[in-house]
Amino acid sequence: MASTIRVRATANGETTEVQALIQHPMDSGFVKDAQGQLIPAHFIQRLTFEHNGKSVFVANWGPAVSKDPYIKFAFKGANKGDELKISWVDNKGASDSTTAKIQ
Amino acid sequence: MRARFAISLASAVLLLGAFAVIVRAAPGADAVDPAADAKAFRDYFVKRFPNVKLEDFVNGPYSMNEDMRRQWQEKEEFPPYEFALEAGKEMFSKPFKNGKTYADCFENGGIGIRQNYPYFDAKEGEVITLELALNRCREANGEAPLSYVKDDMASLTAYMAFTSRGKPFDIKIPNDPRALAAYENGKRYFYTRRGQLNFSCASCHVQSPGERLRAETLAPALGILNAMPIYRSEWAGMGTISRRFVTCNSQTRAVPEEPQSEDYRDLEYFLSYVSNGLPVAGPGARP
Repeated sequence: MASTIRVRATANGETTEVQALIQHPMDSGFVKDAQGQLIPAHFIQRLTFEHNGKSVFVANWGPAVSKDPYIKFAFKGANKGDELKISWVDNKGASDSTTAKIQ
Repeated sequence: MRARFAISLASAVLLLGAFAVIVRAAPGADAVDPAADAKAFRDYFVKRFPNVKLEDFVNGPYSMNEDMRRQWQEKEEFPPYEFALEAGKEMFSKPFKNGKTYADCFENGGIGIRQNYPYFDAKEGEVITLELALNRCREANGEAPLSYVKDDMASLTAYMAFTSRGKPFDIKIPNDPRALAAYENGKRYFYTRRGQLNFSCASCHVQSPGERLRAETLAPALGILNAMPIYRSEWAGMGTISRRFVTCNSQTRAVPEEPQSEDYRDLEYFLSYVSNGLPVAGPGARP
């Protein structure tokens, strides 16, 4: 299966701008399906961006984050060609990770 | 008493006869001329929005509102329909159980052909939309049909639209009374008021494009199908043309028809025809 993470990281002088899109249902646990049954909560709990083994962005998420979330942030200290590792873990223990080269 | 009754009955019959003549005369006086319709349709929008470039109408609300356009342009750097596009590409190339693929059902292997749909099939005598063609392709190859409104169907049409981006719509109405009747039916559907709110499609998308409907900006009818299928943030997912029609109907509190009903297909035929020459812009992203 294709990765659930899309990343684009561009070095812009001192800072590196990172954009990412993650495919995930992010069910809040409060929504019912067509049969009237509650859809159990299913959401990303921890999202991590690592550069050279050091976390540059960590998010502790809950059920209030939207489906297929989009993230944008910038950090200092990376160069073009460096690798950025992105990973997430959800409340059901599922996870995914990918790496992207900074452009 | 009986004589008077007979007279009034006779005059009623006469009156009915006269009425029938008028009704029959009407279509003759107002012959179906799709080319003139399309020109009038386009001229109306061009005149009403002189600052909007013709090919920009396919961008719907973004052609009407500068602030929305900027937000959209930023979003397009990382478009929300990307996952659907990738899923569609994968599905499109994956063979059916009998070894055939979608490409075998379409000319040019299904690549770059979105602008030719819907078309009028002379053999079947009906309008064939891309969604219908995809499901017929599945059924012909022994696969279960897909839901017309979202998910897999939207992913497939997203991929097919993507491979056709920029190509101008090229809908043909053959000189066949059945094709003209389908076009007329679609046009009638577009302009007929219905539902508890008594809106026609045209009430919003011809009379009021660019105006606000609650928090939304209404899209112009010209080029409205060129960006289909769309990712709507409101839906948190993709939707096909069928989904758009069904939702429009229920929002005006009318009873929606079944997806890909004859009326909906004729409507798509009409709307696509009057947008001829405008480029395919799908898949699109809408708020």
